[in-house]
Amino acid sequence: MADFTMEKGADGVAVITWDLPGKSMNVLTMQGAQELSDLIDDALADDAVKGVVITSGKDTMAGGMDLNVLQGMKQQGAEGVFEGVMTLHHLLRKIERAGMDPKTNKGGKPIAAAVPGTAMGIGLELPLACHRIFVADNPKAKLGLPEIQVGIFPGAGGTTRLVRKLGVMMAAPFLLQAKMSDPTAAKKAGIVDEVLADPVAAAKEWVLSGPAIVKPWDEKGYKMPGGAPYHPAGFQTFVGANAMINAETWGAFPAAKALLSAVYEGAQVPFDTALKIEARWFTSVIMNPSSGAMIRSLFLNKEALEKGANRPEAPDQRVKKLGVMGAGMMGAGIALVSAQAGMEVVLIDQKQEAADKGKAYTESYFDKGIKRGKATEEKKAEVLGRITATTDYDALKGCDLIIEAVFEDPGVKAEVTKNVEAVVGEDCIYASNTSTLPISDLAKASKRPEQFIGIHFFSPVEKMLLVEIIKGKETGSRAVAKALDYVRQIRKTPIVVNDARFFYANRCIIPYINEGVRMVGEGVEPALVDNAARMLGFPVGPLQLNDETSIDLGVKIAKATKAALGNAYDGGAADDVLFWLYDAGRLGRKSNAGYYDYDEKGKRLGIFEGIREKFGTRDTEQPEVDEVQDRLMFSQVLEAVRALEEGVLEDIREGDVGAILGWGFAPWSGGPFSWLDIIGADEAVKRCDRLTEKFGARFEAPKLLREMAEKGQTFYGRFGEQAKAA
Amino acid sequence: MSDAYIYDAVRSPRGKGRPDGSLHEVTAVSLGKQMLNALKDRNGFEGHAVEDVIWGNATQAMEQGGCLARTTVLASDLHESIPGLSINRFCASGMEAVNLAANQVKGGAGEGYIAGGVEMMSRVPMGSDGAAVAVDPTVALDRYFVPQGISADIIATEYGITRDEADAFAVRSQQLAKKAWDEGRFEKSIVTVRDVNGLPILSYDEFIRPGTDMQALGALKPSFKDMGEVMPGFDKVARLKYPHLEKINHIHHAGNSSGIVDGSAAVLIGSKEFGEKWGLKPRARIRATAKIGTDPTIMLTGPVPATQKILGDAGMGIQDIDLFEVNEAFSSVVLRFVQAFDVDMDKLNVNGGAIAMGHPLGASGAIIIGTLLDELERSDKEVGLATLCVASGMGAATIIERV
Repeated sequence: MADFTMEKGADGVAVITWDLPGKSMNVLTMQGAQELSDLIDDALADDAVKGVVITSGKDTMAGGMDLNVLQGMKQQGAEGVFEGVMTLHHLLRKIERAGMDPKTNKGGKPIAAAVPGTAMGIGLELPLACHRIFVADNPKAKLGLPEIQVGIFPGAGGTTRLVRKLGVMMAAPFLLQAKMSDPTAAKKAGIVDEVLADPVAAAKEWVLSGPAIVKPWDEKGYKMPGGAPYHPAGFQTFVGANAMINAETWGAFPAAKALLSAVYEGAQVPFDTALKIEARWFTSVIMNPSSGAMIRSLFLNKEALEKGANRPEAPDQRVKKLGVMGAGMMGAGIALVSAQAGMEVVLIDQKQEAADKGKAYTESYFDKGIKRGKATEEKKAEVLGRITATTDYDALKGCDLIIEAVFEDPGVKAEVTKNVEAVVGEDCIYASNTSTLPISDLAKASKRPEQFIGIHFFSPVEKMLLVEIIKGKETGSRAVAKALDYVRQIRKTPIVVNDARFFYANRCIIPYINEGVRMVGEGVEPALVDNAARMLGFPVGPLQLNDETSIDLGVKIAKATKAALGNAYDGGAADDVLFWLYDAGRLGRKSNAGYYDYDEKGKRLGIFEGIREKFGTRDTEQPEVDEVQDRLMFSQVLEAVRALEEGVLEDIREGDVGAILGWGFAPWSGGPFSWLDIIGADEAVKRCDRLTEKFGARFEAPKLLREMAEKGQTFYGRFGEQAKAA
Repeated sequence: MSDAYIYDAVRSPRGKGRPDGSLHEVTAVSLGKQMLNALKDRNGFEGHAVEDVIWGNATQAMEQGGCLARTTVLASDLHESIPGLSINRFCASGMEAVNLAANQVKGGAGEGYIAGGVEMMSRVPMGSDGAAVAVDPTVALDRYFVPQGISADIIATEYGITRDEADAFAVRSQQLAKKAWDEGRFEKSIVTVRDVNGLPILSYDEFIRPGTDMQALGALKPSFKDMGEVMPGFDKVARLKYPHLEKINHIHHAGNSSGIVDGSAAVLIGSKEFGEKWGLKPRARIRATAKIGTDPTIMLTGPVPATQKILGDAGMGIQDIDLFEVNEAFSSVVLRFVQAFDVDMDKLNVNGGAIAMGHPLGASGAIIIGTLLDELERSDKEVGLATLCVASGMGAATIIERV
């Protein structure tokens, strides 16, 4: 069965239909590209064919390139990638030129794209090479070029064509921010030409109307909208574009840089040369280990985890009725996302007004959405209708999953567990959303510890993409399947870890914050600490993060850790800072004062000058930014390695995906394990040794890492089998 | 190796670099030609006497393009056998022309040279020649390009130079320039710019604002704050190179930065034999020259390492220098220089500088060498050092001593 088929109509229109057998959405394979090329040759050579319409046999156009194709090209090195990409350019350019005379632009056959729905990546780049784009009037369809999100950029002419079509300024949001548009917005932006009910019929009519088909950039005297780099206006645009890419990405994303180079260099030469340049920069991005790591973690493995890569065998565990215990911020958020996913939700708190307040969170969430035109009153009423806010435990009858999100106190939690189990059915799975208490300990309060599990959400629930599922000592496989099926229902990404202090995410985040705070205590300029983190690609620096998570929580964790570790505890300069801020009542954003100053409205102003005075920042010789970055990186990645070594983490894919989605770990690196693979275990151990000598034992390379360095292993080489198995 | 001497130096007055500036009607070729002819006339050498004309210009496009040096030679009274070499080291082009000429003479490649430069900023605006450094992502992104004004503000932030200090320095420049003109200190070098008929067009530095005071400067808004903090956000780019700076302190404005002007200058350089042949008396020896590259983001700190290098090469110390000319591109550039070497202000830019009189990019390096020489003679001092900051992170310096 072919990916592309052609039907030549009696009216002289050849309709080429893209319809990948056995898949719900089209992706382009090299075989498909060859088929399409052959069909275009056929249509152009056939005198009976007056024009061509390219469409899809599905309700969408295509999801993009088959990423395995890229991986395949990569096996053959830069030359393989470059030649593979050039093959695509030749195909699309053949469509665009459609048999026209290269000198006079005479002749040629009109080729239109009829796009039935969502068109992403090559799914949009193919239409962009056609002479006119007709899109079905389907507001749910998404059109765009999402490549930059996985560390590459549109490399099948999308970059070059969109820039020549719209100019650098107008094309920038689509290329650099992967902005998605519905068909109407795409038309308004000038990306597509017509939005109507029946794109195939309209496209057929158009190709038969004898239209002009020469692309502006193939006409003599073409000028790029907004100006090429050495046009006065264009110069300013390019100065600004460079600055903005640096400013917005903190210099941390190679793909954005390569994209802009392709645009800059391509803008100065004829179109075909520009495509070649685009292919060269695209190849450089594919060959950069960052893109491979990003694709692996953010695309392939994220999807694999969402589809249940680590789900134990068990019947369908999808949740029908959910009980949420505690209507505070977390409970309210959990109720919202669950009701949105179609579940019946019982939201319980001790007082009715507290329960109502939790439900009101969903209401205000939708009100905001309605204001922005992203939600409707009907949808709001429907979702609110699924939430019952009450104090009455009897309402929990029939629940198949309970998520407890009450105060972080073992006694309170045990009480809730007992009371819930008294009313729910024997099959009900019970989950705690604790972030600090061991699941195995909490499970002691349960009659059915094998049905007791941790489902750890991140705040704010409706925004954060990761959910950490924690297996207690006695947690059974049905509970794990239940949690995974639930997370899939609410369309988040799960990782499954074993029970240990702070589980996985917090285990890594806490040392990251602590290392930053410790540096402040040593007299390192606070701005340097947070900026160094941002330059690594973290969304917030450790100090700002601590202001968000609050200083008192930091103090609490420090005290608890000290109690747990005894003499082994190394609080150091970090505790000096934490306790000093705490004593000064600077508890972070919630008190409008922390490492940073805030105005009355909570807007962050700048570093609190008192910190510099207290810790002698101005009199301290400042470290190189590389050293600050290494301290921040290794404080986290070594925890990740230890978590793997200790069996808390069972799958490095979860370690990588969880780190990026959970706390924004340098996305360009693909996650902690990918980052260690990029720098190499040997180099990592060397840096650990240096850091240990200078800053202490917390940087000692774990045994596993040392062993891997000796054997010349990588994490994905050594643990990849298990990753592949799923 | 023979010594290289300065036999003479001339400069044009500086006209406001705007369409209503007095020199706006004059071409780059004409202005340059008048400097070359003035040297020839004043010193009485023949048209074929020099080996080459090395001509600095920072914006080699339009009338300043196409090897302006050669074009200017052809327009002048020099003989066509003198070739002409256009060079560009941005703001130090005029100085680099002098240094190159001096080193050619020292190396024995010719006996006499004319070196200098021109910049008609009102006619060929800055940036007219394009600049990959600002737009080519392989450089602009990886080397954190920011415009010079941002760089000057980074210097102020990094080295703790305040707005008041910068403004006070600007007032000083204006007052000293006014005094210098009042006392006729520039007379020796100034060549009145004339039209085709010999009618005078401009005979004084028209950019000076002698009435400038702290209050007037205090009212000016910082020039680079918006592009730094808002669009396109250059401060965030600067932060990638200087992550320990929480915020850039924007202190510079039109009043404490160099003025945009039209102007030209030329210096006659030669060996001992050159002077003997044409009966000229050397005014100074070019003792040492230097050029350096430094961080392109902060960009304008070059005078410090350039001075360190030239002092090292010459086996001298900062205390051996009697007078300094540090080009006043921005107040912070000079104040940082003063801070780094703890220079006595009585020795530095004693006749004002580019803040008061303007900075015709390609000419300034030759201008300040001439000004330094005139002042050494006037105040009867021996050794002077001139230095400039240079775009894209460079610096240049020259040490001269009277003979």
